[in-house]
Amino acid sequence: MSKITYSVPIGPVHPSLKEPMTFNFKIHGEQIEDVYLAPGDNHRGIEFMGMQRNPIQIIYLAERICGICSASHPFAFSMAVENAAGIEVPERAQYIRTIIAELERIQSHILWAGVAAHELGFDSVLYLSWKAREVVMDTLEILTGNRVNYGMFMIGGVRRDFSLEQVSAIRKAVDYYREVYGKIEDIFLNDPTIALRTKNVGILTEEDALRLCAVGPTARASGIKKDVRQDQPYSAYADLNVKAITPDVFTGKIVGDVYDRIIVRLLELVQSLEIIEQCLDNLPAGEIVAEKKLVKLLNQLKKAKGRGIGRHEAPRGECIHVVKLEEAEAPEAWKARAPTYNNLMTWVPMLMGQQIADIPIVIASIDPCIACMDRVTILDKSNGKKSILTKQDLHKLSVEKTRRITP
Amino acid sequence: MEILKPEEIVELFKEKFGDSITESTIETKIEGMKKNSYSSVWLTLKLNHIKEAVRLLSTIQFPHFAIISGNDLGEEIELVYHFSLYYGERFKEILVNIITLVPKKDLKVPTLTDIIPGTQTAEREIKEMFGIKVEGLPDSPNLFLPENFAKDIYPFRKDEKGIYPLSKNGNYVGENIVKRKEEVKNIE
Repeated sequence: MSKITYSVPIGPVHPSLKEPMTFNFKIHGEQIEDVYLAPGDNHRGIEFMGMQRNPIQIIYLAERICGICSASHPFAFSMAVENAAGIEVPERAQYIRTIIAELERIQSHILWAGVAAHELGFDSVLYLSWKAREVVMDTLEILTGNRVNYGMFMIGGVRRDFSLEQVSAIRKAVDYYREVYGKIEDIFLNDPTIALRTKNVGILTEEDALRLCAVGPTARASGIKKDVRQDQPYSAYADLNVKAITPDVFTGKIVGDVYDRIIVRLLELVQSLEIIEQCLDNLPAGEIVAEKKLVKLLNQLKKAKGRGIGRHEAPRGECIHVVKLEEAEAPEAWKARAPTYNNLMTWVPMLMGQQIADIPIVIASIDPCIACMDRVTILDKSNGKKSILTKQDLHKLSVEKTRRITP
Repeated sequence: MEILKPEEIVELFKEKFGDSITESTIETKIEGMKKNSYSSVWLTLKLNHIKEAVRLLSTIQFPHFAIISGNDLGEEIELVYHFSLYYGERFKEILVNIITLVPKKDLKVPTLTDIIPGTQTAEREIKEMFGIKVEGLPDSPNLFLPENFAKDIYPFRKDEKGIYPLSKNGNYVGENIVKRKEEVKNIE
């Protein structure tokens, strides 16, 4: 039998990275033999833009690096500037920052759960989970005025305080999620079809995760107890006992497959609820920002000299910002690194040997924004014939596989 | 596994590399109401030892690599390799940041992918953004910049090879894309 290898590119639009992403698969039959990653059609040059602007303006740029992590980037950036300029953040602001970051984690993980369900063909689960997500989006709107791009962060603190009504709105949201969590867990972890589609699929071994420097739930699902909130606690996390969650607390073993990544994200939902409750219980009184007058703050930053690192555990993993201030209006250097930057290499070992129909769920499992599954070309090497698979076709393949194996 | 203190890590590097380490600082950050702290180590190392340094670092524990950040200083480009050690316990993680200077006359660094494969993306980024040749890294199409991006122009450079003449804090420094000063003023 002659061996024909096909080449399947997927991509390139991909909003969770700073650049869109194209995948190039070598396929033999149904199996993936090799994976090439080819991002880079639309680098927005946000760091370059930032280096022409002052740190307060950069907060708003940082916020727009990612629409889902729109608290993580300004959080890490503010911490980097505070670190470089030696600014102390008031305690109340640290708690408010933590609450916003955890609410963001809840919306991000539920969004992901919905997407994962959709990729498997469970669209009713997508609708139900996104309906549940609306509660946290509304809460964020009550707190900040926006559903995304919250505009809460300021160098040295936060821009808005919480009133008593807002605090009770958070508590209501937490109670709501405690109520629906059982249902979400039951759907994802006890359903035999989801288990069939996700168990032993897209395995990332602990060794590979370490070698490729994976971060966040992707690393934790492979058994690496790595979480910035635990390893180098900052803000209110320093007072809370946050522990990195690995899937063995639920199943007793670590496989590193898609199922394990689902477990980690779902358990982190509960963890976020606990963190928010603890923050609300211990919310200190006082100022919310170190320097209220922006002109004064800008002058202080203009005189500052030094390097700063800000690290925040975003929903997808460690988000790190490096800032160098050199007594000038704009920072001398700014580097922002989103978690998917590190995680994208982990796709290669995950996808090796998998089937075409598993591509959507495996790619979704590290939680990039799935819009990258935009266009697929299948190239027959032997005769150079090209056929194009759209996202719909690929999705159809995935759904068909689910139907096929449903017991 | 024996856990080294930040001072011991600096000592270990000084012992191995001696004068190659031109500067070392340990930064301690205190966090939270309980005033716990964690540390970061900053080492300035001569470029020719960077690979051995990472090899030494990986004998302590396989390090987590975060990112390479860079800055154009004029005559040379400063690269900072950000690593971290000891994950898994509260306040135990230590950031190890290795600063090295790459002279503009000879812009090349060795690849670290044979020690830590995860550094590949960041190495490709400095290659495209600063024009630094990464020795040992297989050639590939652009990862970050578009395919048809101008050759010999590097976005993060602040000299005549930079992308835009205003790259150093709004000052006019080069003339590769917008040729005349008046045009720059119009843009401003």
